[in-house]
Amino acid sequence: MRKMTKALMGMSSALVLSTAIPGMAKADELTLCWAAWDPANALVELSKDFTAATGTTMKFEFVPWPNFADRILNELNSGGKLCDLLIGDSQWIGGSAENGYYVKLNDFFDKEGIKMSDFAEAAVNAYSTWPKGTPNYWALPAMGDANGWFYRKDWFAKPELQAEFKEKYGRDLGPPRSWDELKQVAEFFTGREIDGQKVYGAAIFTERASEGITMGATSALYPYGFKYEQTGGKYDMDGAVNSADAVAGLEAYKALYKCCQPPGYTDSYMGEGLDAFKSGQVAMAMNWFAFFPGLHKDEKVGGDKIGFFVNPKQKVAASTLGGQGMSVVANTDNMDGALAYIKWFAQPDVQKKWWALGGYAVHNAVLNDPSFKASQPFAADFLVAMNQVQDFWQEPSYAILLQAMQKRLHDYVVADQGTAQEALDSLVNDWKEIFEDEGKL
Amino acid sequence: MTDAPSTIAERSADVLARATPTNVAVRVRGLSDRAIAWLFITPTIALLLAINIFPLIWAVYLSFTNFRANRPNAEVDGVGLRNYQRVLNDPDIWIAMQTTAHFVFWTILLQTVIGFALAYLIDRKFRGHAFWTTVILIPMMLSPAVVGNFWRFLYQPQIGLFNYIVSFFTGIPPSSFEMLGSVSLAPWAIIIVDTWMWTPYVMLICLAGLRSIPDYIYEAAEVDRASAWRQFWSITVPMALPFIMLAVLFRGIENFKMFDMVMLLTGGGPGSTTEVASITLKREAFESWLTGRSSAFAIILFVAVFGLANIYVKALNKVKQR
Repeated sequence: MRKMTKALMGMSSALVLSTAIPGMAKADELTLCWAAWDPANALVELSKDFTAATGTTMKFEFVPWPNFADRILNELNSGGKLCDLLIGDSQWIGGSAENGYYVKLNDFFDKEGIKMSDFAEAAVNAYSTWPKGTPNYWALPAMGDANGWFYRKDWFAKPELQAEFKEKYGRDLGPPRSWDELKQVAEFFTGREIDGQKVYGAAIFTERASEGITMGATSALYPYGFKYEQTGGKYDMDGAVNSADAVAGLEAYKALYKCCQPPGYTDSYMGEGLDAFKSGQVAMAMNWFAFFPGLHKDEKVGGDKIGFFVNPKQKVAASTLGGQGMSVVANTDNMDGALAYIKWFAQPDVQKKWWALGGYAVHNAVLNDPSFKASQPFAADFLVAMNQVQDFWQEPSYAILLQAMQKRLHDYVVADQGTAQEALDSLVNDWKEIFEDEGKL
Repeated sequence: MTDAPSTIAERSADVLARATPTNVAVRVRGLSDRAIAWLFITPTIALLLAINIFPLIWAVYLSFTNFRANRPNAEVDGVGLRNYQRVLNDPDIWIAMQTTAHFVFWTILLQTVIGFALAYLIDRKFRGHAFWTTVILIPMMLSPAVVGNFWRFLYQPQIGLFNYIVSFFTGIPPSSFEMLGSVSLAPWAIIIVDTWMWTPYVMLICLAGLRSIPDYIYEAAEVDRASAWRQFWSITVPMALPFIMLAVLFRGIENFKMFDMVMLLTGGGPGSTTEVASITLKREAFESWLTGRSSAFAIILFVAVFGLANIYVKALNKVKQR
């Protein structure tokens, strides 16, 4: 009987352990969390070298973009142990630093000789530092990105369209250099029949739920002179967020949406924009540089048929920042392994391979390489864009700030409610209330 | 000598007791009937307390604090009634409540009218009525996620079947209107889908009501030479009314908390045109992470639905007693 009891206890213990083990990280295993998109596949490929060098098995948790923030922030908030490493959005850095979700990397960088001066300054400021611009590093710049544009080069090259455009606007039909030109080109194509299909001018971001319309509209707002504050760090938003320039920028974005967006694109973001372009519905589309390698390889619309251009300027040259830094999750059970991956990833040779595979490295060894600009048809534009990026608030309360902007912009641009001035005035009031709650105003 | 069992329940208990194997009876010897009853229902009560009652009490507590789930290390302070005050004074929340009310009113009206009409037709027991009943029931058997995605395609202005059908009958170009992207049409797009999906449910309940009316009442009315119209208004409607009211109650509660369909079809847009209360609540709780304020909002919604449902149930009971 005693033997039987022992046997039963042994089996029970084995059962309990076997169910518990999948939840525990093994010492020679790392889980990296990121969004599910093209560069993530490149990172899987790149990480095989890390596994070969260290014997560490890499696991990946890639979450589709619409759920990325919800899923990962829930994971961090609940103290989960899913991710050892996280490539998180730049806006998360403030909250994650202040809530202790990320490991501060200064000491580690000093010990391992990893210098932030080896990376593009704009990328370091955006992806690594909190408070913004200070030498407090919470991430290694992993994936540079900005909102850019691509267009149907083959359509633009059609002689009859070239002639018609020149007659109408007095210049060659080419990639627009300003937002005024962008609208003209978009209007020129809208409603036209090309290759037997009715086409439209431009696919732009209008998504309501997460961040889409904010990322799209800021691509117009920044070049027109929109600022978050009159004085950096003072939260004096009146006259900056709702300035005459900002109003003009928002009106320009709405005008582009009204004139030239394909029907049904009232809630569209990355995927919908890519679909519109790949299906031959639009002459131009905005999207993140991260997608450009895949687009260039596309059999139907890539190669010679596609061209790229940096976000057009208006009063100033500016692009909306994308991209992410790689952080070590403070809750990890494999801190040494996670730090080893960061150290490996920061090496110039690894960064070069990262770019070659389709990841946007921002290491100076890659960007300053004389062959970089010619390495891809969009490489030169990427350099330009990264030198003019502007980012959304990176405050701990960024999620509420973003939701307020999503609502005000969508109400004005898509739902036709009120004026641009009213939308931005309301946004200032929303943001003031949020900062008052935070004790910053 | 014991008294003979008198009621049906007592007799049943007696039969069950006799059927209980002796060894079980021996094992539980020493425990009173009440103790055994508690033994059986304790797990259920514990489960209910853990997953229903505790979260409710916790939400009430959180609603009086400034707690934010994304800042677990921050100090949690009591804020009194401030969260409730801010929710009730927030114009956006009142707009969301109006949108919800509009949505609930029209879906219930359409589903009740169409559902009752279908039930009335099906009740005629025409040839093939069983087949058509099954066909009508199909939409409510589908998952809301499937229905939402399916209708998104149907409403697509360039390739959607819905736009082409409207175009076929009206001559309006199919891509000239956007059911999901237009401020004026988007609420109706959701109402159409919800009505399509849930009218069969209302029909089923109404059908049960119609079938519960004894034939002899109609036969008596025939003898009294009552017209079909008179029979409908004096017999069918009053006798089916409790069932209709029950269907309205079920659909009202469901639609008040409607989330999945609206999220899938419009995400609350364009702008905030179709942002019903549950979507606002989700945004406050899980996107803005205002846990305290969203708890207050949830409690307000709970009290509103609970209160309205209670008033309605009282009215329903009065109708049943007539």
